[in-house]
Amino acid sequence: MKLDEFFVTGEPLIYGGMVSIVLVTSAAIFLLTYLKRWGWLWQEWLTTVDHKKIGIMYILSALAMLFRGGVDALMMRIQLTFPNMNFLGAQHYDEIFTTHGTVMIIFMAMPFLIGLMNIVVPLQIGARDFAFPFLNALSFWSFFFGAMLFNVSFVIGGSPDAGWTSYTPLAGAALSPGPGQNFYLLGLQLAGIGTLATGINLMVTILKMRAPGMKLFQMPIFTWSTLVTTFIIIFAFPILTVALALMTIDRIFGAQFFTLTGEGMPMMWANLFWMWGHPEVYIVILPAFGIFSEIIATFARKQLFGYKAMVWSMILIAGLSFLVWVHHFFTMGAGALVNSVFSVSTMLIAVPTGVKIFNWLATLYKSRIQITTAMLWALAFIPSFVMGGVTGVMLGMAAADYQFHNSYFLIAHFHYVLIAGTVFACFAGLVYWYPKMFGHKMNERIGKHSFWWFLIGFHVCFFPQHFVGLDGMPRRIFTIIPEWMPLNVISTVGAFGMGVGFVIFVYNIYYSWKNSPRETNGDAWDGRTLEWATPTPVPFYNFATVPKVSGLDAFLSMKKKGETTFDETKLEAIHMPSNTGRPFIMMGILFFASFALVFEWIGLAAVGLIGTLIMMGIRSFDYDEGYYVEVDEIKKIERTVRGL
Amino acid sequence: MSTQEWSTGPYEYRTQEGRMTILGFWIFLGAEVVLFSTLFATYAVLFGRTADAPLPGDLFEPGITLAMTFLLLTSSFTCGLAIHNMRAGSLKGLITWLIITLALGLGFLGFEIYEFVHYAHEGATLQSSAFWSAFFVLAGTHGVHVTLGIGWAVLLLIQLVQRGLNPVTSRKVFVVSLYWHFLDVIWIFIFTSVYLIGMVV
Repeated sequence: MKLDEFFVTGEPLIYGGMVSIVLVTSAAIFLLTYLKRWGWLWQEWLTTVDHKKIGIMYILSALAMLFRGGVDALMMRIQLTFPNMNFLGAQHYDEIFTTHGTVMIIFMAMPFLIGLMNIVVPLQIGARDFAFPFLNALSFWSFFFGAMLFNVSFVIGGSPDAGWTSYTPLAGAALSPGPGQNFYLLGLQLAGIGTLATGINLMVTILKMRAPGMKLFQMPIFTWSTLVTTFIIIFAFPILTVALALMTIDRIFGAQFFTLTGEGMPMMWANLFWMWGHPEVYIVILPAFGIFSEIIATFARKQLFGYKAMVWSMILIAGLSFLVWVHHFFTMGAGALVNSVFSVSTMLIAVPTGVKIFNWLATLYKSRIQITTAMLWALAFIPSFVMGGVTGVMLGMAAADYQFHNSYFLIAHFHYVLIAGTVFACFAGLVYWYPKMFGHKMNERIGKHSFWWFLIGFHVCFFPQHFVGLDGMPRRIFTIIPEWMPLNVISTVGAFGMGVGFVIFVYNIYYSWKNSPRETNGDAWDGRTLEWATPTPVPFYNFATVPKVSGLDAFLSMKKKGETTFDETKLEAIHMPSNTGRPFIMMGILFFASFALVFEWIGLAAVGLIGTLIMMGIRSFDYDEGYYVEVDEIKKIERTVRGL
Repeated sequence: MSTQEWSTGPYEYRTQEGRMTILGFWIFLGAEVVLFSTLFATYAVLFGRTADAPLPGDLFEPGITLAMTFLLLTSSFTCGLAIHNMRAGSLKGLITWLIITLALGLGFLGFEIYEFVHYAHEGATLQSSAFWSAFFVLAGTHGVHVTLGIGWAVLLLIQLVQRGLNPVTSRKVFVVSLYWHFLDVIWIFIFTSVYLIGMVV
């Protein structure tokens, strides 16, 4: 293979990308060397098994991915506003909408939420870490290297260009030769290992490691949403694993699953993909529901209205999420009966979702609402998300869907649910738990600026797309006719408004790090659940003494009784897991194997795979049982962080 | 991490860590059920799509698949005996029965490799048609699982010799036994829905 086949050539924008990658990497290497931080990076971060640090790494990576996906989005908007300027060619446009979708769903939304779960769930249930801390680190590095593999495609080998859904036969070897589509398959496969492992890990953590006395129906609602989400992960991700594997075998080893030859069946891909893909959208929306429920209860200063109904509606949504996948391709022609069944099951989802909306409204009813930044995101979520829900029911009507299918009406619909639902929740959750993570709040004034820019930008961007879609503009085209021009220009203006909101949000991280007053006690918002019972910064073992729980909103009753998580009479030595670099190394080797497979260098891929197996063998012989934190040390740490 | 320990009952359940690992593994097996279900569904959808390649009925032979079934089912039984010996505290019994289990597993694999090579000679390969792709990937995934299981159990045998029976080694052996029985269950479905149905079509 020649060098100019290995690197992507001929696109000025991509040359720019290469230069900036080189610059950023050298700057990072220089800074780490100059400040003598390599040891710190290795010991504190790359080898950590602490759920709080892993969560922070997830969120940082997700923010970087949000930037990348956002730049993709803005490039698409520029192209559609100036369609005849040749800003992006057809091929480049195809690549960019593919990476935009994939990055946003797989490498932004999920890791952001999993990052929040990492930090918050053990704290909410009174646990000292995950059930399997080693596995948790492994999950993170599998996601990280998967994301790197996918992202490197735009400078090395070329990006995938068959859409984030990668329908066959287009995505097959005959019509998409070259490494691009392999990057998609193996990047997702690598990251998928981590997602499944996290699902299992969190489920066991929640089922087995709750504080004494905490019954399932006394768990904080975010923990409940996590438990339901892990259920969906465990039953949906293996389907993706198989689908990706089958297409990989098709492309690299010449099998005939989704091909046009050998009696293959291309539409089977659409079925497999959406049998995972539809539950997947609930994987990214249910935790968002959980975050908003926590925030609304905290800042309405009331117990969440209809807690049990909230939980049951989530369980119902999770069950229904597996029964609606055909609505993504009503136009495939499965017949009237099949389409009707899936039409009805799709519309049924509106029922439990409606229950949740009314419960949030009832929580807010007659309460004294504190308008904080986190609460603003939550309040904006309700009406915006309902709009996405209404268009969702419209799209769910199979007959009408023949009109809406693959148009900008659909684009508007899913951005209304995914941005107003998931992205708002990510911002809200980060702002809300920020003091727990970093020991200071994010600046409220700047936070509100960023909120308004983003919210208004969002509606300006996506509201017009309903109409341009009804006007016939299909998705995934790189040029438009003059009639669609005005609404597209408005959309682009809105998109840049969202961009400004994001930049302000990131600036706020820097500004608050410099200027925000440090937290003196752990309870930044006068919270109700156990994460606020820990001091800030949270000691690595979380709880010096684990509280006994006897009802909902455990911390609220602790505060009434004057209890803390530091009861000197009950202290015992705490068992903690040791740090380890093996997850990083193991996933690094698997990254190497996957990269080799992308270019179909079978020998090298086999070497990498054997290396991974050897690492697993070494892990099997590892009898490191962690260490104990002695009572005296706990006392010292607690007294410092509590200022006693 | 919690340190709640029990002083009675099977070794593998005595520590909180052991109980959590076993539950986690059960959940993992749930995910594996979904993985194999997807492969079975794929096979069912592509059934009969043989294109120009031979039909399954021309190639599938009752003798060899019965032998494979017999080997794997027996290995599940000996694996149960191994755990029975472990619970009774007999390290020697555990190791002996585990080695017998692995030998039976290796016999199964030998037959499967022979079978695949034979089919390839007759013109049915991964590339020949959608049906044969689905067949080789479904049976092959099971075969890869068996291979990994054997490798894993060998590592555990070494650890058993080094460390004897304790809560950690018994937990590991117990988990690998769950995995082994699971592969047996999958094989029963492959035997009936792939081979028996395939022979009459």
